[in-house]
Amino acid sequence: MEKSIAELRETFKNGGTKSISWRKSQLKALLQLINQNEDSIFKALDQDLGKSPVESYRDEVGVLKKSVTYTLSCLEKWVAPKKAEVPLLFFPAKAEVMPQPLGVVLIFSSWNFPFTLALDPLIGAISAGNTVLLKPSDLAPACMSFLVETIPKYLDNKAIKVVAGGADIGERLLQLKWDKIFFTGSPRVGRLVMAAAAKHLTPVTLELGGKCPAIVDTLSTTPSKAKVTAKRIVGGKWGPCNGQACIAIDYLLVEEKLASTLIELLKKTIKRFYGENIKSLKSISRIVNEHQFQRLVNLLKDPNVADSIVYGGSVDEEKLVIEPTILLDPPLDSEIMSEEIFGPLLPIITLKNIEESINFINSKSNPLVIYAFTEDETFKKRILSETSSGTVTFNDSMVQFLCDSLPFGGVGQSGFGRYHGKYSFDTFSHEKSILHRGFYPEIEPRYPPWTDFKLLFIKLAYEFDYFGLILLLLGFKSS
Amino acid sequence: MASEVEKKAVFDIDSAKEVVQELRASFVAGKTKDYEWRRTQLKAMLKMMDENEPQIVAALRDDLSKPELESSIYEIAMLKNSCKLALKKMKHWMMPEKAKTSLATFPSSAEIVSEPLGVVLVISAWNYPLLLSLDPVIGAIAAGNAIVLKPSEISPATASLLAKLVANYMDSSCIKVVEGAVPETTALLEQKWDKIMYTGNGRIGRIVMAAAAKHLTPVVLELGGKCPVIVDSGINLQVATRRIIAGKWGCNNGQACISPDYIITTKDYAVELVDSFKCELERFYGKNPLESKDLSRVVNSNHFARLLKLLDEDKVSSKIVYGGERDKSNLKIAPTILLDVPQDSLIMNEEIFGPLLPIITIDKVEDSFDLINSGTKPLAAYMFTNNKKLKEKFVEKVSAGGLVINDTTVHLAEPTLPFGGVGDSGMGAYHGKFSFDTFSHKKAVLYRSFAGDAPLRYPPYTNGKLRLLKALLGGSILGIIRALMGWSKA
Repeated sequence: MEKSIAELRETFKNGGTKSISWRKSQLKALLQLINQNEDSIFKALDQDLGKSPVESYRDEVGVLKKSVTYTLSCLEKWVAPKKAEVPLLFFPAKAEVMPQPLGVVLIFSSWNFPFTLALDPLIGAISAGNTVLLKPSDLAPACMSFLVETIPKYLDNKAIKVVAGGADIGERLLQLKWDKIFFTGSPRVGRLVMAAAAKHLTPVTLELGGKCPAIVDTLSTTPSKAKVTAKRIVGGKWGPCNGQACIAIDYLLVEEKLASTLIELLKKTIKRFYGENIKSLKSISRIVNEHQFQRLVNLLKDPNVADSIVYGGSVDEEKLVIEPTILLDPPLDSEIMSEEIFGPLLPIITLKNIEESINFINSKSNPLVIYAFTEDETFKKRILSETSSGTVTFNDSMVQFLCDSLPFGGVGQSGFGRYHGKYSFDTFSHEKSILHRGFYPEIEPRYPPWTDFKLLFIKLAYEFDYFGLILLLLGFKSS
Repeated sequence: MASEVEKKAVFDIDSAKEVVQELRASFVAGKTKDYEWRRTQLKAMLKMMDENEPQIVAALRDDLSKPELESSIYEIAMLKNSCKLALKKMKHWMMPEKAKTSLATFPSSAEIVSEPLGVVLVISAWNYPLLLSLDPVIGAIAAGNAIVLKPSEISPATASLLAKLVANYMDSSCIKVVEGAVPETTALLEQKWDKIMYTGNGRIGRIVMAAAAKHLTPVVLELGGKCPVIVDSGINLQVATRRIIAGKWGCNNGQACISPDYIITTKDYAVELVDSFKCELERFYGKNPLESKDLSRVVNSNHFARLLKLLDEDKVSSKIVYGGERDKSNLKIAPTILLDVPQDSLIMNEEIFGPLLPIITIDKVEDSFDLINSGTKPLAAYMFTNNKKLKEKFVEKVSAGGLVINDTTVHLAEPTLPFGGVGDSGMGAYHGKFSFDTFSHKKAVLYRSFAGDAPLRYPPYTNGKLRLLKALLGGSILGIIRALMGWSKA
């Protein structure tokens, strides 16, 4: 493994990844990889997670194709140095900021969106001109194998490598020196990654998670808006990998008096989307493995929590399936309300007044996203200014992920750093400042021996008081 | 009397916790978010500097024997400018930035909103103890945070002056100065912060980042490195020499993170360069530089001993071509130039941070790029040349925090350029709007409406929906029409 990394460093040092044409060729090759292997990708996702092709296309294949195409069209613009303004005092001078690759980067991806979370950061790293080692999650083994076997067939092996393995390989990789580490996963492992990075002063981007709440305030508007709200909530909870997503809706906040309306709407929508019961469940991913299955089942073990189930609750251990489950007001100190759920269980918390949702959300650590279904403009402003999250999405769920011009990342416990679109390019670049100066004119007061005149001159210069400077030079100001 | 007793009490983990709790309460209450609050704090800081210039200059003289001009300009004037810029531009920086939306999320609108991170810790260094303390604080205030400032104990007069002045002029329920050394800093680092900014060396930088990792706290590390100066022939040698001197000995006597550390020039040019230095150095500092009032001293006896160790190493001491005098009782070392010290000497393997300037000679100027890249990435790199192709190569090949061509250190004064390191010289950047950004969270906001709810988003999933989705994500109107008409393949 150390040999592979030495090769990546050598390739970077020799400038193998610098040229725009190399970066474009790699991106085009990645696009080809995706286009030519769509069926294998669908198969691997079905094997690891039971994802349907539509979900796989929508959340993985399609997202990646869009990302590569966008990057290819903008790359030349992003790579160009940006001019910076220079004040008259420095004349003649030229200032600019030039993006440069960081070097050899390490990308850790997660198991729930095994293609998107591996290849989207890879797109950013390549576009910025780095060499990359990608370590996909072994909890999605078919997808990991696919990446290990297929990437070398399309991309430049000397610059882009994929390594298979579990936590032990991850630990070994973290001992080495990288120029950047990009990590998607849990806060617990995030801490370990950052602590290891600290030893080498390696900058990191941590895309973590949190409990993403959805505030529901549109049930008493019109029936059609209420219906759309329900569809978007259901689509935002069980749609992405059956709730196993960092941006999936974790829990709902609604006014007491509207709780039953909400539950009825959700039930109807769930049945229509996914089927009547656990036996006839379709168009939904399964739980990734036994360990996660047990974790989720344990969340329901607490009798007070089990009592609060108002829909669903059935499980099928053999098939690793838990049906969409809704809970009404489980105890706030239960695990299901303090841990990130990451599964198909949806607690609904009722409040006397929907405005209380702001305090409720603030009592928990900053989530990756806050969803708010409301048409009250004042309430929207309050949510924006009184809560903190990576992103806020009004009146929908999940779609902010598709918006390339919005930075995607967390704050506080949900992580730091961001990517998507140009932000991916930036996150894998160093923005180098450059100042070009001429030899003339020379400003004598810059140099010692120091005198009161020189002191006054520089003071005026620093205030950009050009008029004062002229007066001083003409002898009309005394020092 | 009571305050004296308070000051003597040990600042331990519990004290640190209390401080953070108090600041967090102030932050949650919304005090620091308010635009007016930010304005009054910045104005108070300006007033603080206007009304206390002599005291500040005196403290800097105590700590560093800093010449009055360096204190007035590099610390006070630069800070005032930074404050004024923030006051002028803050409202604009605080405004949300519109973001474009694509067909995939139509109809929608998007923006990026800046919000304060919360309670931040600024740990500063001893060499520009005022500037490196208050410049980050300006950014943190402008971005709406509550702040703890921990100035360096190696510049104690400035640290206690800062503590006194900040308590008198600024809102102590939101901005506090904690004085102390390792135990106090450790107690602070145990706490949970929303951001930590550290200016100093790589060893402590690693400790800061490791402590931050426990709480997933993002950090900005402004570290150092060996900032090289490449000197080509065919230039105005006098101007180049003077600019190098100004950046080296004129900046706290070489004790600055962006001071030229060493020079690379061709074997042919070296003699001329050394002569030019001798001439200009004498012109600036006189025949007895140890007596010049225009040079800072070495900060303390630890650093003095460290620098002498670099200078007195066997294979190095014979390479001195100018200077080398020292005055232990006044902690002064004369501007010293060395020619062709061995690559494996101590002086070429650690950041010098003092008045010693080695000159390394090579055959061709182009060889200097590989030499620089063989070391760790520095905070800054400089080149003096009139050759356009060389300039381009320099900019392309040398990786450093910032580059300056035909001058040294002045990019620090340029607020439109991000100031920060890369690799071992650090991570993150600040100055101007970059300070505001570094202490902000850029929150993405997407506004959607209820119109245009496409059933193809929702299950049950069918081939028809797959076709449409492909077309929609592909972004072409024609593709979407074809899919709707059933003319494309799933």
